[in-house]
Amino acid sequence: MTVNAARFLLPVLLGVAGMVVAEPVRLTPPDDLLKAGVLSPALPAPELELQGSDGKPLNLARFRGKVVLLAFGFSSCGEVCPITLATLAGARKKLGGDAADVQVVYVTVDPERDDAARMKKFLGSFDATFVGGVGSRAEIDVAQASYGITSARKDYPDGNYTIGHSSSIYLIDRAGRLRAVMPYGHSSDDFVHDLKILLRT
Amino acid sequence: MNRRLWILLAPVIGAALALLAWAAFAPIQSGSREQVFDIPQGTYARRRAGDLVEILPDRIRLTLGINDVLLIRNQDDVPQTFGPTIMMPGQSFRLPFERPASYQFVCTAHASGQLTIDVEAEPATPWARIHWRARHWWENRKK
Repeated sequence: MTVNAARFLLPVLLGVAGMVVAEPVRLTPPDDLLKAGVLSPALPAPELELQGSDGKPLNLARFRGKVVLLAFGFSSCGEVCPITLATLAGARKKLGGDAADVQVVYVTVDPERDDAARMKKFLGSFDATFVGGVGSRAEIDVAQASYGITSARKDYPDGNYTIGHSSSIYLIDRAGRLRAVMPYGHSSDDFVHDLKILLRT
Repeated sequence: MNRRLWILLAPVIGAALALLAWAAFAPIQSGSREQVFDIPQGTYARRRAGDLVEILPDRIRLTLGINDVLLIRNQDDVPQTFGPTIMMPGQSFRLPFERPASYQFVCTAHASGQLTIDVEAEPATPWARIHWRARHWWENRKK
């Protein structure tokens, strides 16, 4: 009985031992894959027709030749927007000289409170090169709809209010094509990874 | 146990042990890390006609290191909103995940307008691999 058991169990045990020491085979993604969600084929990014916090008309054509990081938010935001802007500012710092070819555009979802001066002050506390987008409620609604941005106002008893809004960041390449969308929560290193790819393509 | 019974049972026990050992220790491999979902042509039209057709499941489960990339292809004639973006007709959206969590997305391909994606950690222990394989087999047995 012992001999029979050994005949059957020995190969099993050897197989187990082999699998224990075997290195798992992983499909490693190629280095040129973005960490953001990629749209394929890449189509021209919807154009913006707003006023910039720098006093100039704001449209994406202004930044052709640069990689644009486009996001939506508001200056009174206490949570998501400061984190997003700090992340983007951190990414630009890590890029060093390449940061000159990266433009952050932040469009308000709160046109009732955010004007050009207020957005300039708010964005400037993160990075002086950031440009804000402001306009009338109708103009902002058009910009939001073209990117599928949703926002919902929540009023407080004291008369104040906040706005819940889509928090992804849109990556637009040098040719003005909407290449990818980075969901909220990614690190500055993830942005640096993707920006380096977009800057060289 | 007499000798004849042992001779009959030994291969069965050996095969069961081998299967268990394979399930516990063999690395989980997949041909592609992409989990593909298509939004077929006519989805929007069917919805407008009152057909509550479900193209995508309400919940999608992904596993890091195995199938951790969601690929949605819009083959419909109209734009579809998925999560943070609008997919134009003929466009696809490839979204990789790197962290285990439950993600909520707006999705116009759903009657409910909402899609949940559960991203699980890679099964790293023998028991986790057995559990993953058993569940994977159970969920795919009718496909």
